[in-house]
Amino acid sequence: MPASLVQGDSLLAVNIGAANTRAVLFDVVEGEYRLLASASAPSTVEAPFQDVSAGVCNAINDLQTVTGRTLLNADRRLITPTQLDGSGVDAFVSTLSAGPALKIAVVGLLDDVSLESALRLAEMTYSRVVDSVGLNNHRKADQQIDTLLRLQPDIVIITGGMDGGASRSVHKMLEPVGLASYLLPQEKRPAVLFAGNQKLDDEVKGLLSNVTSSLCFSPNVRPSLETEDLEPAARELANIFLGVRQRQLKGLDVIANWADGSVLPTAYAQDRMVRFLSQIYAGGKGLLSVDIGASAAVVAAGFGQRSTLGVYPQFGLGENLPALLQYATLEDILRWCSLDISSGVLRDYIYQKALYPSSISAGKEEQAIAQAVTRQALYLAVQTARRNFPRSLRAPRPGLLPSFEPILASGGALSDAPTEGQSLLLLLDAIQPTGLTTIILDKNDLLPLLGAAAARNSILPVQVLESGAFLSLGTVVSVVASASYGSLVARARLTYDDGHEAQAEIKYGSLELLPLANNQSAKLTLQPSHGADVGFGPGRSGAVRVSGGAMGVVIDGRGRPLVLPDDPVRRRELIKKWLWTVGG
Amino acid sequence: MMLAPVHHILGLTTILRERVLPINGRVNARLNQKVSPSDVVAEANWAREHVLLDVGRALNLSPNAADRLIRCKTGERVSTGAVIATGPGMMGKTVTAPRDGRVVITGGGQVLIEVGESRMELRAGIPGNVVQIIPDRGVMIQTAGALIQGVWGNGRVDTGILTNLAEQPDSVLTGGRLDVSLRGAVIIAGQCKDADTLQAAAELPVRGLILASLFPSLLAVAREMRYPIILTDGFGSMPMNSSAYRLLTTNVKREATINAEALDRYRGGRPEIIIPLPVSSEPAPPQEVATFAAGQTVWMRRPPAAGMIGTITALRPGLTTLPSGLRAQAADIKLENGEQVLVPLINLEVVG
Repeated sequence: MPASLVQGDSLLAVNIGAANTRAVLFDVVEGEYRLLASASAPSTVEAPFQDVSAGVCNAINDLQTVTGRTLLNADRRLITPTQLDGSGVDAFVSTLSAGPALKIAVVGLLDDVSLESALRLAEMTYSRVVDSVGLNNHRKADQQIDTLLRLQPDIVIITGGMDGGASRSVHKMLEPVGLASYLLPQEKRPAVLFAGNQKLDDEVKGLLSNVTSSLCFSPNVRPSLETEDLEPAARELANIFLGVRQRQLKGLDVIANWADGSVLPTAYAQDRMVRFLSQIYAGGKGLLSVDIGASAAVVAAGFGQRSTLGVYPQFGLGENLPALLQYATLEDILRWCSLDISSGVLRDYIYQKALYPSSISAGKEEQAIAQAVTRQALYLAVQTARRNFPRSLRAPRPGLLPSFEPILASGGALSDAPTEGQSLLLLLDAIQPTGLTTIILDKNDLLPLLGAAAARNSILPVQVLESGAFLSLGTVVSVVASASYGSLVARARLTYDDGHEAQAEIKYGSLELLPLANNQSAKLTLQPSHGADVGFGPGRSGAVRVSGGAMGVVIDGRGRPLVLPDDPVRRRELIKKWLWTVGG
Repeated sequence: MMLAPVHHILGLTTILRERVLPINGRVNARLNQKVSPSDVVAEANWAREHVLLDVGRALNLSPNAADRLIRCKTGERVSTGAVIATGPGMMGKTVTAPRDGRVVITGGGQVLIEVGESRMELRAGIPGNVVQIIPDRGVMIQTAGALIQGVWGNGRVDTGILTNLAEQPDSVLTGGRLDVSLRGAVIIAGQCKDADTLQAAAELPVRGLILASLFPSLLAVAREMRYPIILTDGFGSMPMNSSAYRLLTTNVKREATINAEALDRYRGGRPEIIIPLPVSSEPAPPQEVATFAAGQTVWMRRPPAAGMIGTITALRPGLTTLPSGLRAQAADIKLENGEQVLVPLINLEVVG
């Protein structure tokens, strides 16, 4: 494999999800990198296959069929670099989200300082926090030891102490971790990430290096009381994640070998691209990326130099699906449903789906349930992620999302929806954006793959992004208003380049579409009524150049927050009406 | 060509199961030993409770000074009240062991003692012969008989005589049918719809309960029961699939081991019922992976026809648009009642 991709051309990228493995081929076409083809196959992480690489090879095999290009040799090994006969590929990268949520124990000092940062750090990967210990924890040291022995965390994150600050308290927190690790059998010892007072690095090494499966250090996540910097620790956590997964998942070492050791957690790679893109898409608004899959819901947001990342296995649509019921009632989920479904049927669906995460809805009723579940899960993920957005961001009203531009969305539940209208409506219901925004659907789960590729080839992601590999669903105007159902909240006029116009009156509670194809743009003039906010401020009119997409320009006058009628019959009729408006 | 997972419902097969401790220990069983499900094949010491004595703090000394006064050594057994360290001076304070235990490690002015129950026993779980010893961890046990996989279990294991209370695959078990004659039995039932019936079974007690399905609202109760409960088909109100029903009911009065371990999708552990049968030669082991093909018997994971058995009549080429609007590889399936359904391949398991 070439050391630098300046000489190499083609790149094969594979995303290993819990349900599906996707292989994507990029190559140079007319001097620029392009997405050539994409193929997917069911993942083989789980029994009876229990070999990650089998699903990867199956996906690459399908890619071979699609492209007519030989990528694997007779032994089902990747051919690199590209051969004279055109077979093979120059580079390979991979991302991974499959596998059980990692068990993480966090240890810090103050609950609302270092411990809170440790918890936010744990939330940046596919994990569940099984234990949390701070100075205020009333458990004695031997009780902490016994808890760690019982829980057997995969990773322990230790934070605490500002740089240059006191160290004795941190030392006290380290002891139970060291003793518990000492007592555990070698193969069950946790990996430890120390992200606290850097003065203690040597002491931590002395205490823990011989009793952990791996010991990693990163700069302090809280170098001072007012400063939090999670990114360096998140990078270390991504490395640790791969190490743990290689022990857990057979066949991953083969894939890591093909990728020269760099298999990234999918969410981490997604966040990398979000940070990159948020610096390109300037203009005062943040950029939002959401992904909803079997392993987890992922929400990454970029705000110029800063980004936030939340990975929520509890909102994944696969084996963890019953956990959703700890955060939402069956009625919360059913309110999104266009069909009359009983709570018993919904509960049965949730548990049966969790048994078979890769299974799909064959009938209309199950699909309606699946989309209702997806809405609720994504809604909760976005609301949870909102806690970590910069406080300086202003939303049109308290409790609403700040305006983002654009919003990128991915995940099988969205990309494989029967119509693009259904994908868009699901996103509008779950995210409830405000102001003006472009919604882009990443049908091939490219974003994290580009994030993984960026480390090897910084040109490829830029060129692929500009090539139209993502599907724009269109420009969405979300009207924020206090109005009664059916009253006029705004008027919209779309003026095309050839001078024609399309107009709409937006009533409260309705969705209106104005046609504007992909690769077209037009001038959109918006005039609110009665103090409504159409993106320019309460009661302010404005005009803006907008881009088209699969659904054109969509004006969402249903209100923010979206409040559905209590009466179930009326509610279902309204949902059906909205579905019909977006094409069914 | 899509790989297919296999759902085991087999009248006669060779069953090989690994039984291992979670940590290193001692293997008691011998190679070729015949074992019954309750036999202990391996054991280990694993203390779950510890006491950390901070001698330095107790005696108001530095860690180094405290270390010099600690009397016990690593590995030593101590009794309640045993003196661990005595402070300096004529009336020096003493630090004593609060409970019986074993000293794990000393240092830094502290003593860590493991206390409480520490013996972990690994039982065979199935009847058979030990065909392989895994040093320090466990054994592989082989047997021949019928194998029926389930989809959910409450984590218990037991053995008993199979008794059928399901006149039909969807019969509902009620508490009134459970009488003392069923004590010690492994009961085949279609469905159970209330917690009282589960409790009544526990009070007999039974040795196991095989259900087709259970409402998710009863899972917490089922987990509390001390006898194994297995679901063969799923959640809600599903009848038992015909293959499992036939196989179980034709083996009534035989001894069956019901291993209701939780589904472990990463290690392959799955709840199952094993009915040992006499054989003259070793039958073929089950296949774990197949490729979908016309003529195969399949089990449906999700609607339509969830939990039912059918035969693939045709594999459709390419992607098919399903009634849900999704596009996927699919097959035409003929159910046992003659009905034809269209099912995505990802929702199927080959029965074998």
